[in-house]
Amino acid sequence: MSEGGNGNGLVQLTAKDFKSDQEVRWCPGCGDYAILNVLQGFMPELGLTRERIVFVSGIGCAARLPYYMQTYGMHSIHGRAPAIATGLAVSRPDLSVWVVTGDGDALSIGGNHLIHSLRRNVNLKILLFNNKIYGLTKGQYSPTSELGKVTKSTPMGSLDYPFNPLSIAIGAEASFVARAIDTDKKGLTEVLGAAARHRGSAFVEILQNCNIYNDGAFDFVREEKGNRIYLESGAPIRFGAEGEKGVVQDVDGSARVVDLGEGGEDGLLVHDAGQREPSLAFALSRITFETDGAVPLGVFRSVERPVYDDLMSEQLETARERSGEGDLETLLHSGDTWTVES
Amino acid sequence: MIRFAGDSGDGMQLTGDRFTSETAVFGNDLATLPDFPAEIRAPAGSLPGVSGFQVHFADHDILTPGDQPNVLVAMNPAALKVNLGDLAKGGTVIVNTDAFSDRNLQKAGYATSPLDDGSLSDFHVHAVSLSSMTIEALKEVDGITSREAERSKNFFALGLMSWLYNRPIEGTLGFIETKFGKRPEIAEANTRAFKAGWNYGETSEDFAVSYEIAPAKLEPGRYRQISGNSALTYGLIAASKLSGLPLFLGAYPITPASDVLEQLANMKHFGVRTFQAEDEIAASGAALGAAFGGSLGVTTSAGPGIVLKSETVGLAVTLELPLIVVDVQRAGPSTGMPTKPEQADLLMVMFGRNSESPVPVVAASTPAGCFDAAIEAARIAIKYRTPVFLLSDAYLANGSEPWLIPDVSALPDISTEFATSPKDGDVFLPYKRDAETLARPWAIPGTPGLEHRIGGLEKEDKTGNISYDPENHDLMVRLRAAKVAGIAADIPELEVDDPDGANTLVLGWGSTYGAIGAAARRVRASGRKVATAHLHYLNPFPRNTGEVVRSYEKVLMPEINLGQLKMLIRAEFLVDAVGYNKVRGRPFRAAELADAITALVDS
Ligand SMILES: Cc1ncc(C[n+]2csc(CCOP(=O)(O)OP(=O)(O)O)c2C)c(N)n1
Ligand code: SF4
Ligand SMILES: [Mg+2]
Repeated sequence: MSEGGNGNGLVQLTAKDFKSDQEVRWCPGCGDYAILNVLQGFMPELGLTRERIVFVSGIGCAARLPYYMQTYGMHSIHGRAPAIATGLAVSRPDLSVWVVTGDGDALSIGGNHLIHSLRRNVNLKILLFNNKIYGLTKGQYSPTSELGKVTKSTPMGSLDYPFNPLSIAIGAEASFVARAIDTDKKGLTEVLGAAARHRGSAFVEILQNCNIYNDGAFDFVREEKGNRIYLESGAPIRFGAEGEKGVVQDVDGSARVVDLGEGGEDGLLVHDAGQREPSLAFALSRITFETDGAVPLGVFRSVERPVYDDLMSEQLETARERSGEGDLETLLHSGDTWTVES
Repeated sequence: MIRFAGDSGDGMQLTGDRFTSETAVFGNDLATLPDFPAEIRAPAGSLPGVSGFQVHFADHDILTPGDQPNVLVAMNPAALKVNLGDLAKGGTVIVNTDAFSDRNLQKAGYATSPLDDGSLSDFHVHAVSLSSMTIEALKEVDGITSREAERSKNFFALGLMSWLYNRPIEGTLGFIETKFGKRPEIAEANTRAFKAGWNYGETSEDFAVSYEIAPAKLEPGRYRQISGNSALTYGLIAASKLSGLPLFLGAYPITPASDVLEQLANMKHFGVRTFQAEDEIAASGAALGAAFGGSLGVTTSAGPGIVLKSETVGLAVTLELPLIVVDVQRAGPSTGMPTKPEQADLLMVMFGRNSESPVPVVAASTPAGCFDAAIEAARIAIKYRTPVFLLSDAYLANGSEPWLIPDVSALPDISTEFATSPKDGDVFLPYKRDAETLARPWAIPGTPGLEHRIGGLEKEDKTGNISYDPENHDLMVRLRAAKVAGIAADIPELEVDDPDGANTLVLGWGSTYGAIGAAARRVRASGRKVATAHLHYLNPFPRNTGEVVRSYEKVLMPEINLGQLKMLIRAEFLVDAVGYNKVRGRPFRAAELADAITALVDS
């Protein structure tokens, strides 16, 4: 590796430079390994020295990831990573701050922090490893588990209607929303790159297999590549082994999968991640394996919006312009004062 | 001692505040106690809607806002009803007769008017038609409605009281100019009302004398008036300057702590970042995240919010990062009485976390003392890389007193050094401790070569790697405890005030300081001997605390809780301390404490 950078923060590092000396301790075969590998492989693309990168996580199997990255890192408390990372990112705009979280961590105990960090558009990259189960606590259902899911805590089936993580993020005013699959190295790397380039909050759902407690939960798209709908801005949405299927938008704004007929691509929905209005991204987020037998992947939404950290820094500057650099002596003597003579 | 009382819409806090400023400028020592309703918009004229402001001033140093006012200014029947019970017998009542309509009397629960039925015969009553005289005085002011004119009546009352006590009025006139500058007609109205009140005092035969209260003998120097929450805000700003660390505040609004968030939000030119979070959990988390990045992380709240921060504080304990957690205590449990003070969060901040999770605790004792307490909390947090609780309460937060403005150059240096890159070949050990303080290095992101991971899982000594080793855990638990206990060597000893060689000690903490001091004066004046001491550090205790409490035959501990410090002192030092405990959402009265002390001294 070449260390130290060249003054502009650009360095040539490799995946190996991002491996910490800690032994990786997920179950053999866990999808988290694949994600970790892709992430370490992607890190050099950031073009940043390692000390400028920070991984903050909550609690869960996924949340162990920071220990394995040779960057700065904090494994914090359950659900709170977005809040902790907000404080760090806002006070240190020079850092690249990444949040690693699970479906329980992000959407159950930490749901509040997730939506608020997204609406504020704090400069955070949030990676949600969705395995539709509580892995670390050994297999209870999660907020993304399907209705009726039988787990140790729901022997007669879960009564909870599940969350759709992307719909939530879009509803929470996220400026960047994407999805990828743990084992899809190319797709995941592209999404990570787009997230990293986005200024502001970037929300990425990564479909991750927990082979111990929820094995095969995503086989319909992990294994069956024909069910993957890769979204590409500017192109009609078309997929399938032979490109025989596509997505259309109905008059009510909803989107659905259709078989391509005579008309070919005519009438297919053309993707545009940059659309300000979030309805297109939302409609796409509603296409699921359950509803349409296919799953959209890639960048759903990527729009520019003022970034919280920048706005805060600007206010500090404005205040200094208006009042000058704060002076303690002056502050203490502000208001009515009087002198007591000796 | 004067209490201004009226409807929450009557501007009593403003009136009290201005009178306080005039009094401070005049040179009297003073203490104030605002008392406002929890409901912001309680129905006009109703008992829950009454808002009050008490000022105690004298020609000697004052320790409390006083037990019983001698003068009550009551703007309506409800204000009279709520406050009359506190007034000293023979005291003076000034009432706004215009507000004593049948409807208002009924709302206050009076069957007959107390002005006519002889029920005020124990007091000197001045019946003044404040509203109509104000309206009359403002007849010639253009551009205001008669409703607006009527609203100036608080300035009429202020003018009257200013005359009665010979207060300098320039400050108030200037204040009206700046405050209402955008609406000159209102400024004009208030000025006229104020002067009309003053002139009324001078001409009306009802007020035969005006009182002269000579300036108090205070230490020479430059003074200002300051409330506890402002002092705390300034203390945090000072801590940021003195440490060279940018201040980051994470907070969620809650009475009586919101002021600090609001005031710090106004200090952006000091490089202060304020973050109004989605809840207290996020507020503390963000402050801790900022601390990881090298900021002075602060989170401010009151009891119900502090509860939510517990898990984050535990994380800070194990991460060994500086974090200041301010608890402006209020009456509980649960929502309790949000505007009223209490000292009942002590055991929560001491023990309200899972496992062995020691946290230093610093407590302010006076409004101005909040300044020094904030700097001290920051000093300990930074030097020992630990969360620190800073306790204030609703009484200190809103109460105010004259403050000898400190000399900035004499404030302590609380700067620290971040870890820098390890020497060639050395590996960075994030949990290798300083031999003296047991503090670990603070290595902030952005420092090349020090990339490391910290977290809530137990860490191996020195390396900080995850460890489940039983002996290592035992060692780490003890190290964290020893680090906090060791702070005792770095704080002042407990001071005892014992002029006569007493065998009874009164030991207090927090906002009871003034009341205990005033009570001890009374007891000594009666010829009895009593010693007093006040704890500003509750964890660890000053190193001589055991020696002090064991050297007295009898120890009395007044607390606005059911005996929380008493429990700690008894457990730690095996002394048979007794408590004086009243949990009314009010500060102690010096008189009741004097009685309790006398009883113990005589027993
Ligand atoms: C306050 C708190 N409550 C509960 C737990 C226990 N807990 C740890 S991880 C977890 C769920 C993790 O599920 P998820 O976020 O989906 O992560 P995964 O393990 O599946 O990657 C729970 C309930 C905890 N650590 N802290
Ligand atoms: S329990 Fe599931 S998610 Fe956790 S490490 Fe094992 S396989 Fe992975
Ligand atoms: Mg999970």
